[in-house]
Amino acid sequence: MAFINIKNKEVQAKIVYYGPGRGGKTSNLEYIYQQFRDRIPSEMVSIKTHGDRTLFFDFMPFIVGKIKGYSVRIQLYTVPGQVKYDATRRLVLKGVDGVVFVADSLSVQRKKNLISLKNLQTNLAAYKKDIFKIPLVLQYNKRDLEDQGIPVLPVDILEKDLNQQLKVPSFPASALKGDNVVATLKKIISLTMVAFQKGLT
Amino acid sequence: MASYEENSVSFTENSLDQRQLEEIERILHSDLISNGVHCVLLIDLAGNIIAKDDNGASRIDMYSLAALSAANFGAVEAMAKIVGEEEFALLFHKGESESLYFGKVNNELLIITVFGKEISLGLLRMKVADAMEHIRKIWRKF
Ligand SMILES: Nc1nc2c(ncn2[C@@H]2O[C@H](COP(=O)(O)OP(=O)(O)OP(=O)(O)O)[C@@H](O)[C@H]2O)c(=O)[nH]1
Ligand SMILES: [Mg+2]
Repeated sequence: MAFINIKNKEVQAKIVYYGPGRGGKTSNLEYIYQQFRDRIPSEMVSIKTHGDRTLFFDFMPFIVGKIKGYSVRIQLYTVPGQVKYDATRRLVLKGVDGVVFVADSLSVQRKKNLISLKNLQTNLAAYKKDIFKIPLVLQYNKRDLEDQGIPVLPVDILEKDLNQQLKVPSFPASALKGDNVVATLKKIISLTMVAFQKGLT
Repeated sequence: MASYEENSVSFTENSLDQRQLEEIERILHSDLISNGVHCVLLIDLAGNIIAKDDNGASRIDMYSLAALSAANFGAVEAMAKIVGEEEFALLFHKGESESLYFGKVNNELLIITVFGKEISLGLLRMKVADAMEHIRKIWRKF
């Protein structure tokens, strides 16, 4: 749950990148970190294995700027995608205000996307949050692999698999090249802020 | 943000009015910083900073410290449950010149203090306990 500091006129909200292992969550944050050095007041914190897999989370604050006189600061997190890290994944979701689900477009990962999305629903429910209500954006990552002749799922299949019921905004993207990484981020920030204002009234 | 009155009280579950915040900041200062603590953070379990103070000389990345502390606290609490404990009483990390001490204020709030050799662990624990008791009273009021 976001926190408002009336005295310092500051709002803090928590956005979590969720999705299957190796889907590209950490790569999203790394790209954002490179692009927005001026909005990110500190280093990116990563708790990871020697093989660069996320073990607990990645974290970095992102300064959005002023909205209605309040300076808005978003805390960006990623979860570890590997199935075995469910306990830590759930911890990172605590107090989440908005979620980006990073799906892996690789054809061979089709089932992993579904399992991970289901897992998101379960873990949100543990905090009494509804996947149909929380601000959520889908990202179909690794679209660049198509150009290399590697089998990727068509976007309409991904939509059918993951977004048929949710009906949330979705973006084909490449975290490696940066395509639609910023668009995804902008969308989740704006959805989170809108939900937040509704909560205030 | 949506329009609301300046200094209004409770438009979400996680906001305090200006007076409460000032009171909390005063407590952090008089109980802890004045007694030699380098830096103190009051955070919620999602890692958001609710109040902070320091002695002016510390160069700590407070937002990262808050995120890591909330996660670490959650992890230790989960470990406690695994071995059949509700929680572990003392969370303390000792360093060469800087040390960390964590306290659970209530089900929503944590206090983190960064301190050095100027203050003994015994005194620090007492001061943190005092501060937590004060903060609990203020938190209950809203
Ligand atoms: N070709 C391509 N590779 C990508 C893309 N995004 C990520 N990768 C690669 O996929 C691998 C895994 O990326 P990460 O960002 O570490 O994935 P993650 O989702 O954080 O994985 P976990 O931490 O295990 O959950 C890395 O080798 C990345 O370089 C993309 O858009 N295109
Ligand atoms: Mg990762």
